[in-house]
Amino acid sequence: MNAQAPALQDPRLNRPEPFTPRDGGFFQRDRSIHPPAHAPGYKSSVLRSPRQSLLSLENSVSEFTGPVFGHNDLGPLDNDLIRNYAKDGDPVGERIIVHGRVLDETGRGVPNTLVEFWQANAGGRYRHKKDTYLAPIDPNFGGCGRALTDDTGYYYFRTVKPGPYPWRNYVNSWRPAHIHFSVFGSGFAQRLITQMYFEGDPLIPVCPILTTIPDKDALDRLVAPLDLNASTPFDSLAYRFDIVLRGQRSTYFENRTAGN
Amino acid sequence: MPQPLNYLKETASQTAGPYVHIGLIPAMAGFDIFEKNFSNVLVTPNTQGERITLEGRVLDGTGTPLRDVLLEIWQANAAGRYNHPADRSAGALDQDFRGWGRAGSDFESGLVTFETIKPGAIIDKAGRKCAPHVNVWIVARGINIGLNTRLYFSDEEAANAADPVLNLIEQPVRRATLIARRGERAGKIVYSFTINLQGPEETVFFDV
Repeated sequence: MNAQAPALQDPRLNRPEPFTPRDGGFFQRDRSIHPPAHAPGYKSSVLRSPRQSLLSLENSVSEFTGPVFGHNDLGPLDNDLIRNYAKDGDPVGERIIVHGRVLDETGRGVPNTLVEFWQANAGGRYRHKKDTYLAPIDPNFGGCGRALTDDTGYYYFRTVKPGPYPWRNYVNSWRPAHIHFSVFGSGFAQRLITQMYFEGDPLIPVCPILTTIPDKDALDRLVAPLDLNASTPFDSLAYRFDIVLRGQRSTYFENRTAGN
Repeated sequence: MPQPLNYLKETASQTAGPYVHIGLIPAMAGFDIFEKNFSNVLVTPNTQGERITLEGRVLDGTGTPLRDVLLEIWQANAAGRYNHPADRSAGALDQDFRGWGRAGSDFESGLVTFETIKPGAIIDKAGRKCAPHVNVWIVARGINIGLNTRLYFSDEEAANAADPVLNLIEQPVRRATLIARRGERAGKIVYSFTINLQGPEETVFFDV
């Protein structure tokens, strides 16, 4: 546990320290699979993208640490979007379960990490004071939730399938149905926001935001397949969405206990 | 053929979009849903350290403040220790300081504020002293992958001059883009910052 952990050897003391090939930093981010900051097909990116090169930073304690969350941060309905804002019944829409694992690039599950998600309702309308789309607000749907992964990195939540909606990019641009995800990992340099899409959606190949991703395989990895085995008969379909965070050159967490 | 390495690939980033508040700060979207909410206040009455307000804006390439941006900060406590098991430095942990917060910009002014404490200096793996700083992560509509930068403190001139990360920045004029200016308002310490996404004063962003 942390309180008893010995301080790292101070190299200035010139005492021998056992060799370890791992320095705690994260694997170099492969930016070729991420959308570039400046992606003119997604017009909003043009004035909001840095033009100088990013300065590469060897990870220090500022990068390989990050906030720690626990079950105390969450409420009992946080992973149930069908119930967490219900006023007088269930929200309208296709009932779905979304589940998967948060992994790192070595394939290990990322335990006890916070996953947050938000989405439009079944008609494609967000509960947000800045959304003016004509589809109606659903009085029983808030559209956000969160979960903590278990010891193996597994998470799940229940919701209704979001609808597609129009947005101002080209005159006739439509977002494919999607759920936004925010994931932490164990270090702040793993912080990631992404979007999950649904298998078979014909809007996927024409979306100006999705197609900012230059790598076809990376784009496909944002598309969740229908997972009939995880569905609940006569209740909910299921989609599977695994999320991969950067791997780490570290042994710090191999004995890490839950909630630490 | 050599053995396959079989690493997985990181999931691609996508923009947080204009409605990021729904998921991360629902009160700003206009509704109340969670019992417990995260916020821009990092301190409790028991937190150790000098109370400060961080206050600033993120400007686009025309100099216009982003009014739908979300910032998160991650910082050490007053003793220079991060509240995380991988920080094994000698400074004392403060159980009343997680060291993390998030804030959305004001929908009119674009102003972003955090109520926190000034972090202590950090000793890095090589034993070097690093100037007190706050790590910043920025997401918004039009930002395809979160931007990482840092805020340093204007009253730490000597520590800043010796800081290994600031000294990685080739042009001294660009180092200044990371310095928050100390001031005082109504008896409170306020550090002001501007993050320029583009232009001659473009902020230094890091590939962490």
